[in-house]
Amino acid sequence: MFEAIVITIATAATPLLIAAMGELVVERSGVLNLGVEGMMIMGAVTGFSVAYMTGSPWLGVLAAIVVGALFSLLFGFLTLTLVTNQVATGLALTLLGLGLSGMIGESFVGLPGVKMGTVNVPYLSELPYVGRLLFGQDPIFYISIALTIGVSWFLFYTKAGLTLRSVGDNHASAHALGIRVIAIRYMAIMFGGACAGLAGGYLALVYVPQWVEGMSAGRGWIALALVVFASWRPGRVLAGAYLFGAVSIGQLHAQALGWPIPSQLLSALPYLATIIVLVLISRNKRLTMVNTPASLGQPFVPDR
Amino acid sequence: MRLELVKRPQQSRAFSALSPFIAFGLTIIAGAILFAALGKNPATTLYYYFVEPLMEVWSLHELAIKAAPLILIAVGLSVCFLSNNWNIGAEGQFVIGAVVGSVLPVMFPDFQFWFVLPLMLIMGMIGGAAYASIPGILKVRFNTNEILTSLMLVYVAQLFLDWLVRGPWRNPAGMNFPETRTFHSYAILPEILPASGRAHWGFVFAIIAAIVLWFVLSKTLKGFEIKVLGQSPRAGRFAGFSAGKMTLFAFAVSGAMAGLAGISEVSGAIGQLRPAISPGYGFTAIIVAFLGRLNPLGIVAAGLVLALTYLGGEAAQISVGLSDKVVRAFQGMILFFVLACDTLIHYQIRFVKSKAATASLAAAQVPNV
Repeated sequence: MFEAIVITIATAATPLLIAAMGELVVERSGVLNLGVEGMMIMGAVTGFSVAYMTGSPWLGVLAAIVVGALFSLLFGFLTLTLVTNQVATGLALTLLGLGLSGMIGESFVGLPGVKMGTVNVPYLSELPYVGRLLFGQDPIFYISIALTIGVSWFLFYTKAGLTLRSVGDNHASAHALGIRVIAIRYMAIMFGGACAGLAGGYLALVYVPQWVEGMSAGRGWIALALVVFASWRPGRVLAGAYLFGAVSIGQLHAQALGWPIPSQLLSALPYLATIIVLVLISRNKRLTMVNTPASLGQPFVPDR
Repeated sequence: MRLELVKRPQQSRAFSALSPFIAFGLTIIAGAILFAALGKNPATTLYYYFVEPLMEVWSLHELAIKAAPLILIAVGLSVCFLSNNWNIGAEGQFVIGAVVGSVLPVMFPDFQFWFVLPLMLIMGMIGGAAYASIPGILKVRFNTNEILTSLMLVYVAQLFLDWLVRGPWRNPAGMNFPETRTFHSYAILPEILPASGRAHWGFVFAIIAAIVLWFVLSKTLKGFEIKVLGQSPRAGRFAGFSAGKMTLFAFAVSGAMAGLAGISEVSGAIGQLRPAISPGYGFTAIIVAFLGRLNPLGIVAAGLVLALTYLGGEAAQISVGLSDKVVRAFQGMILFFVLACDTLIHYQIRFVKSKAATASLAAAQVPNV
């Protein structure tokens, strides 16, 4: 029972973790992309439809990643090349993604999806308590953990990561040092898009293997909140994602128990928890000031 | 070849005026391509989408019904966006305005006097303003990101409405349908010209709100304060303006407008509360605000255009079998084109040959010198 609950928490946390990890890299490079929800839902509809048509969940996941990255390029072109307002453009990406995905997915509504199987390491997955949790989950769960480790290592132990952070902290100085600010930001945005696409693909291929319009249900926004909550640190994103996974699974179990609490109040819990957590984190001004990438959301036009 | 931006010494007046039109033109072209890709004849589809709804009087009334909430919400949002406060939770404030405004006709159905309607409208505005003040206060007091909190509150508001209409406010005589009792006649916002169509007074409120806010923004000190704090918070501080008070003001105004839109929609167009009372007006209004270049009078025109996308979507669905899902994709495209075209106001765009190409060109030219 306990193990089953922890596994469902991992399933709820994985898409949040992946999308937030991508956005963390984007924000570390100094760009605020509010289009996570839109990229995620595009990933979900692509993942579902490609997997449905080819029968292969892996092709679906791959297509979701590619479409997420391509879709984010639209945001990149506007904010980096045309220097548009990042907040407004991110919102535009979300609105466009929600609209386009509804259109693309219309013919897939109600169709049975393709569910990605789980990895089962022989013998190890039968260990008591932790067997299935550590050795018997879906492949993307392992990818999400590897992604967390990879992003931490990249940002804090490689030269490229240092360069990316310097671009996010002071793009004018970075530019003066000859660093190609815009090229780096393009790559970061595409990475973020790929991650959001993968997270969306996960929703449509593992979490609930079917297509429902608007099925990301605010998860992209929660991922954005997680990055703030984590004060731009990968390890804390992991913790935050599992905390939110626990809240959303907890409320589902509470609904199933039939407590005399309105189900709508329980459904609202993840959103209310996001607000409360954001308040608790942001009231500590020093913590947020120290970690926020200093150029976050600032427009950059290189002087030549 | 690559693209290079050169900052203009001044904003281009020509492009300030032209950019929304260029954006709309580009959207039409993109729309034609989209329709062709969906296997529809682009010309006829565009006709049914953008022209046919304007040919009948009753249809113009429908246009006004859809434009009213969009304009009301967007003029409120313009105050927020101009002062650099990112309220994107207007959809939630719309819902809460509708709920608070509906307290009288739903909970006290026997309370039937002429002043019920004005009270409902005021309560709707207060409800919306109070709900919008939550992210505003959190931003000022705790430095919390208003984008995320205002958006999260949309989901909370929708769930709250869902609970009300399925639970305590469900119509006792409604066969268990998730809806409240229908409003009595004193709680119904009247039609403007009942003889020709359904358009209700919400559209008049929208026009009045746009004119009032246009006056405030362009002719008063408050309007100057809003713009200064938005463009340069530091300069605003030197002028003695308080950014915190401005945040509270902007959220309260935009919330009140969204709340008024909510109660007008419910009282004028629907006549009762249901689980879903808005086809995303609060989000579409963000597009309206930007298409109107954050100018209340521009927003009136932009609101009519976006209302036409809703109406045209319905018309094209009936006439050429276009999916109604196209509407939101279309609206998203408009915002993209608007933002891209706004670049032309501040920058000149030059296409520069890449460095290698320039170098070889220079080398080729040397002998001629």
